[in-house]
Formats: sequence, C-alpha cells, structure tokens
Amino acid sequence: MKWDEFFVTGEPMIYAAMVSIVVVSLAILIGLTYFKKWGYLWREWLTTVDHKRIGVMYILAALIMLFRGGIDALLMRTQLAAPEMKFLDAQHYNEIFTTHGVIMILFMAMPFVIGLMNVVVPLQIGARDVAFPRLNAVSFWMFFFGAMLFNISFVIGGSPDAGWTAYFPLASLEFSPTVGNNFYSLALQISGIGTLMTGVNFIVTILKMRAPGMKLMRMPMFTWSVLITNVIILFAFPVLTVALALMMFDRIFGSQFFTMANGGMDMLWANLFWVWGHPEVYIVILPAFGIFSDIISTFSKKNLYGYKSMVASMVVISLLSFIVWAHHFYTMGAGVMVNGFFSITTMAIAVPTGVKIFNWLFTLQKGKISFTTPMLYAMAFIPIFTIGGVTGVMLAMASADYQYHNTMFLVAHFHYVLIPGTVFGVLAGMYFWFPKIFGFRLNEKLGKTAFWLIVVGFNTAFLPLFFLGLSGMTRRMYTYSADTGFGPLNMVATIGAFILAIGFVVLCYNFYWSFRYSPRDENGDPWDARTLEWSTPSPVPVYNFAKVPNVKSMDALWEAKVNGVPLYEEGPYEPIHMPNNSGQPFILGVIMFFLGFFLVFSWFIPAIIAGIGVVVMLALRSFERDHGYHISPEEIAATEQKLRGDSV
Amino acid sequence: MKKKRWLFLGLFVSIMLLLSGCDSSSLIVLDPKGPQAKTQSSTIIFSILMMAFVLIVVYILYIIMLTKYRASKTSDDYIPPHIEGNKWLEFTWIAIPVIIVAILSVVTVKTTSAVESVPAGYEDQKPLVIYAASSNWKWHFSYPEEGVETVNYVNIPTNRPIEFRLYSYGPITSFWVPQLGGQKYAMSDMVNTLHLLADTPGSFMGRNSNFSGKGYAQMEFEVQSMSAGDFSKWVDDVKKTAPQLTEDKFNALLKTSYVGRESFSSTHLGFNPPPEMDMSEGHHGSGSSDKDSGSETMDHSDMSNMEDMGSMEHGN
Repeated sequence: MKWDEFFVTGEPMIYAAMVSIVVVSLAILIGLTYFKKWGYLWREWLTTVDHKRIGVMYILAALIMLFRGGIDALLMRTQLAAPEMKFLDAQHYNEIFTTHGVIMILFMAMPFVIGLMNVVVPLQIGARDVAFPRLNAVSFWMFFFGAMLFNISFVIGGSPDAGWTAYFPLASLEFSPTVGNNFYSLALQISGIGTLMTGVNFIVTILKMRAPGMKLMRMPMFTWSVLITNVIILFAFPVLTVALALMMFDRIFGSQFFTMANGGMDMLWANLFWVWGHPEVYIVILPAFGIFSDIISTFSKKNLYGYKSMVASMVVISLLSFIVWAHHFYTMGAGVMVNGFFSITTMAIAVPTGVKIFNWLFTLQKGKISFTTPMLYAMAFIPIFTIGGVTGVMLAMASADYQYHNTMFLVAHFHYVLIPGTVFGVLAGMYFWFPKIFGFRLNEKLGKTAFWLIVVGFNTAFLPLFFLGLSGMTRRMYTYSADTGFGPLNMVATIGAFILAIGFVVLCYNFYWSFRYSPRDENGDPWDARTLEWSTPSPVPVYNFAKVPNVKSMDALWEAKVNGVPLYEEGPYEPIHMPNNSGQPFILGVIMFFLGFFLVFSWFIPAIIAGIGVVVMLALRSFERDHGYHISPEEIAATEQKLRGDSV
Repeated sequence: MKKKRWLFLGLFVSIMLLLSGCDSSSLIVLDPKGPQAKTQSSTIIFSILMMAFVLIVVYILYIIMLTKYRASKTSDDYIPPHIEGNKWLEFTWIAIPVIIVAILSVVTVKTTSAVESVPAGYEDQKPLVIYAASSNWKWHFSYPEEGVETVNYVNIPTNRPIEFRLYSYGPITSFWVPQLGGQKYAMSDMVNTLHLLADTPGSFMGRNSNFSGKGYAQMEFEVQSMSAGDFSKWVDDVKKTAPQLTEDKFNALLKTSYVGRESFSSTHLGFNPPPEMDMSEGHHGSGSSDKDSGSETMDHSDMSNMEDMGSMEHGN
C-alpha cells in the first residue's frame, strides 16, 4: 500500500484537519509534560473505576463528538444552501453525511446518555458505585477507542460513504472498495461491545445495589428509564454485534452474506440493522424521558403525576420497540399484510408516549414552576417533540410513507424527535446535575441565551425540511438544480443550522465562564430537589454516601426536607469498602484499537499479535487477586467535615 | 418571560411566511396526477388534520399550565399539593389516542391495499407492463410487449394502468414518481411491482430516492404521459428510427456511469433477464396480473415456491 493510499490526499479541508489534529495533539502532549500532569491524568482519570469520573469522561467525549458531528452538519448545510453549490463534491458529501449519522447516534447520543447514567444512577439509588466498576471502565475505553478508530478514518484510509445505515450491496466490497466501511464495521463493533457490557452492568446495579427501602416503585423516574433502557440494550445490541461481524466477514474475509452474487441477501442486512436500529432509537430517547420527568417534577415543586403509568408506558414502549423495525423499509415490497402489521404496531407507540406527555403536563398543574435552564429545555421539549411524534404517526402509515420515505420529510421528522428529545434531554440533564459533580452551577444567563439560540436555530433549520420533502427533495442528494425550486427553503434551513451552531458555542463558553466565575455551592442541593443524589455534598466524595441512606418513601430527600423523615441513621461511621483503580481497562482499549486498525487494512500478522494481546489481558484479569481497599471512619469524618462544614 | 412570547410570535410568523412560500404546486406530493397519488395525498391530508387536533389539545393544555402555574404568579408560601394521578383522566388520554390510532389503522390498511393493486375502476384494462431497472446511475425502461427500450425517460399512455416491474443492477434504488404515486425499491435479487396510473397528460419528475453512491443526486428521469394514440405513434417512431439494443451495446451501457436519454427498438429482457423471484406479487394476493402471467416472463411466483425457482422455468 502506498502512502497516498494510506492517508487521504487531495482535499484542502482534510489537509487542514490533519494539520490541526497534529497541532492539537502536540499542544496536549506538551501541556501535560510542562504542567507535570501525566501522573495526575493516569492516576485520577485513565485508571479510574469511579462511576462519576467515568461518567464525566463519557460526557466529555460526547461533547467533542457533538462538535465533530456538528461540523459535519454545517458542511452539509453549506453545500445545500443554494442550488449547484461547488463547496463539496459528491464523494466528500457522501462521507460527511455518513459520519454525521454514525457519530451523532453512536458516539454522541449514546455516550452522553450513558455518561449521565453513570454519574446519576448510583447516586439516585443510594449506592457507592456500579455493580462492576472495573467492567464499567472497560465499557468506557471500548467506546472511546471505538470512537477514535472511527474518527481517524477521515485522515487515514478514507471515511465510510454508504450512509449510517450502510445498506448492502452499496456497502459491499464491490461498490465501496475503500477501507471506509471496514472502519464502520470494526469501530462500531468495538464500541458496541462496550455498550453491551454497560447494559449488563446497569441492570445488575439497579436490581442489586439499591439502598435499604429503595423499592423498585420508589425509584426516581430517571433510574427507571435507565433500567428499561439497559434491558433494551441487552436484547438489541447482540443483533448489531452479529450484523457487524457478518459485514466484517463479507468485507475482509470474502464471505457472501449480503453481496449480490452467490445467494447473498441485501434485505437481510436491512432487517438485522433495523432490528437493532429501532430499539436503538428508544435507547437514546427513554433516558431523556427520565431526565425530563425528574426535572419537571423538581422545578414545579410537585411529585411526578401518574408515576405508575409513567413506568408502565416505558415498559410498553420497550416491548413495542422490538416489533416495529420493518417500518424503515415499507417500500421493500413486503405487501399489505406485513406493512399493515408494522403500521399498526408503530402507531401504537403513540399511545404510551401520549400518556407520558399528558402526565408531564399534569405534573405542571397546580405546581410552582420556576424556569431554570434545565426546566427551559424540558418545557421546549414538550411542544417540539410532539411535532416529531405526530409526524412519526404520519410516517407510520404505510401508504403515505411511500411518499415520505427517503425524503427530507423523514429527515425533518427524526431530527424533530432526536434533538428535542435526546439532545435537549441530555443538555437539560447536564445543566441539572453539573453542580452535583463540580460543586457549582453553570451560569443561568449564558445558559438561557444558548437555549434560545438552540431552540430558534433548531426550528429554523428543520421546519423547512418538512416542506422540502413534500416538494420531492430526497435525503442524501449532494446538490440540486435551480429549477427544482428547493433553493429558498434550503437557504432558510442553512441559516437555522448556523444559529444552532452559535447556540452550542455559547454553551461551551458557559463552561469556561462558570469554571472561572460561578459561585460555589454551599449545601449540595442547589435546585431544592427531591431525590437522593442531592442529599450528598457537592462535589460528591469518592464513596458517594458516608452512611447508606434509609429510604422510606418516593422522593426521599423531599420527605426528609418537608416532613423531617430522617434519611440517615444516627451512629458512628463504618469503614467503606471501595474498588481499586486499574490501568488494565485502558490498556485493553488501546490493544482493541490496534486490533481494529490492523483488521481495517487486512494486516493480519499485526492483527493476530494484537488479538493475542487481548486474550492475555483477559487472562491477566482472570488470575488477578484484587479485593479493593477500605476507607477508615476517621477519613470519612474528615472528608464530610470538609465538604459539609459542621452539619451531619 | 416576555421575551419568550415574542420569540413564539416570531416563530409563528416565520412559519406562516414559510407556508405562504410554498403554494400547493411546489408541494408535488400533494398535487397528484393519478389515482394512486390521489389516494396517498388524501391520506396525508387526513392524517395531518387528525394530528393537528392532537397538537392543538396538547398546545392548549401546555399554554394553560405554563401561564397559570408559574412561580412568579403564586404567593411565596404556596405549597403545591401532592397528586398521585387521576384514574379517569389517565383513562381518557389512553382511550382517545387508542381510538385515533384505530381510525388511522383502518385508513392505512385500506389505502395501502388500494395503492398496492391496480387502481380502482381500471381493473378491466390490461395493464401496460414496463420493466424499470437501475444501474449506476441511470434507469432502463423496457416495454416487453411493444419491444422498445428507453434510458432515463419513460413514456406512458394516460388512463391505462401501468405495471412497473422494478429491479436493479447494483445497489438498492427506489423508483419514485411523486405525482403518480409512492415509491418502491428496485433490488438486484428480486422484482418488485409498482402500480401507477396517470389520468392527465403531462411531464412528471421521477427519480431514484434511495442513496446508491456517487451519481445518486443526478439519478432523475422524466415520465411523460400522453394519449393512447400519441403513445402508439411514439412506439412506432421508436421502432422505425431507433437502433437495436444488442447485448454488447447493453453491456457497454451498464458500464457507463452517466448517459443522457436513449431509445432502442428492442429490449434487453431476452439476453439479460430480470431476477427470477418476485415476493411482491401473489404472496399478499393482490393478484392483479396473475391472469396474464402465463404470457409474461418468469417473475410470477409465490414466495413459498422460492426454493423451486432455480430449476423452474415456468411461463416459457
């Protein structure tokens, strides 16, 4: 292989990207050395098994990926702003919409959601960590190095260009001969396995690690949503694992599962992809529902309306999510019976979702609503997401879908679900739980400015797409002629996209501003909230709870504050058993990265060596004796004293 | 919170401007030129009205809650009550959506079965069969009965049902003529059937709507509907003036990425037949053209016969 095949060449923008990657990496390396932070980074972050730090790293990675995916979006919108633009050529555009989709779903939405789960769930159920802290670190590094493997594709080897759905035979070796789709199969495989382990970890954590008295039906709604989400992960992700493995065999080892020749079946890929892909949508939306539930309840100063029906509706959604996948390809010719069945199951999802919308609205009733930044996102979510929901019902109708399928109408619909749902959800969650981790709130004024830019920008960017779809504009076209008449609305959409981008820049500036100037919280409960996590001091000490809380009702902290029901029993501190840090998950992640990288280029000897490395790491772990360590009561007392002043 | 109201007003005004910007003629999906597209556009409009009702209910409740119960409107010592829920209210917002979904389900199944078969009122006519095949990045149209073939344009008679049989020489593509009806996939391993009909003469945009690689954006074709007389005149013209489509010529054409319009006085179906299995017909019993399948080529079979298809050569 020649160098100019190995590196992507001939694109000024990609040269600029290469230069900036080198410059930023050098700056990080020099900075770490200059400030003598290598040891700190290794001890406190790279080797950590603390769920809070792993959560923060997940969210940090998700934010970086949000910007990568966001820049992809701006490039696409610039290319589409006017007819016959020459900004990007077809190949470049195809790569960009592919990476935009993959990154936003798998490397932005997923890690953001999983990051918030990590930070919040153990605190909400009164646990000191997740059930398997080491496994949790493995999950994170698998995700992280999977994401990195995917991201280097645009400077080394070339990005995948067959869409985030990678439909065969387009994604087969015959029609996509570059290594781009090898990156797709291996990067998604590595991070997908990480996600699967997260699923196992959180199901066990929530079922087995709850504090005394924290019955299932007393859990905060976010924890409930996470439990259900992880059950979906457990059933959906193995399908992706299998599909990606078959794809890898097809592309690297010459098998014929999905190819055109020798009985390969392209429709099999579409089915496997969406059997995972549709539940995946609920994996990223249900936790957002949970976040909104907790936030709406907190800021209207009321308990959540219809708690039981909220839980039941999520269970129903999770069941239905597995029997709707064929609505992604009604147009494949399955006929009236099949399409009718999937139309009805799909529309049925509107019923439990509607239950949730009305429950949120009635939580507000007779409340005392204060419009903080997290609450603003929750309040924008309801009306905007409802538009996404009702257009979803319209798309569910097979006969009508024949006209919407693959058009901008569809693009508008799923952005109207994913952005106000997932993105607003995780942003609201980030603003809400930020003080728990860092001990101070993000600035409200900057937060609200960013919010309004994001809401206005979003609607300006995506509302026109509904009309473009009905005018016959399909998705994934890199250009269009002037006489189609698509020009003006596309220009509006592009302007909206840039307003949205400015909103995200303000959001980032808010981090900087608040780190420097925001006043520090005194009591660990800045929002006057209701659930257990707010009973800890902020920032939360490594052991979370000095004493294990004793839960006697739903919204336990609220009961403690209003009715004086004590959360903690009197008595001296007891030693706390905690897990040791370990460098193994990080090292395993690095080896997985190289294994994936070598396989992408079919360099089998190095790949076998890396594969042996993976086995060695697993064996090392199996024969390791590590019983963790204990924190002494004196140390706990000192920490609590420092964090809380004299109280408790 | 005055700012918020202004913003919503701004949003509303801009939506109205947007809406007025698109007169109905530019929304081609809602400007049907045939019975299938008409069924679909009325389904779409019906669903929009139903959904607008849902939106209005949610928005009214939303505005009431947000204006009445904000903290700035209540006294400082107001303590919100503890409310578990309300059986009857919760029953209502389960029951009404269930009714709406039930209505939409009936409409969906009815209209889907309508657009998946020969348009109502035209069942007694013999449909015109046209094979439409995609290859990187163009469309081939073969008229087996007329014995002509075109590239990147297709002429059809008005008021006669057209049975498009779709397949692909490469990645999955989707055959879509918005003003005549919804789309369907063209794939390399099976033939899909799409029933369309134009009831007015005119020129309509058709395109591949499923991403298929580099030349996807340019993969458009023109559908021209004309009176039966004009159509047979055009067929005769092509037969007289256009060259034969030889196997070599067709293979060269398959390899070429982009071509303009072309016409031939013979089809490729003889030497390069379409894939054999057809899951769209028979299986769900639309049965529209089963009666003349004997005289046609080889793509009418039940899905259950799939295994036999390799050896079977019925129809010849």
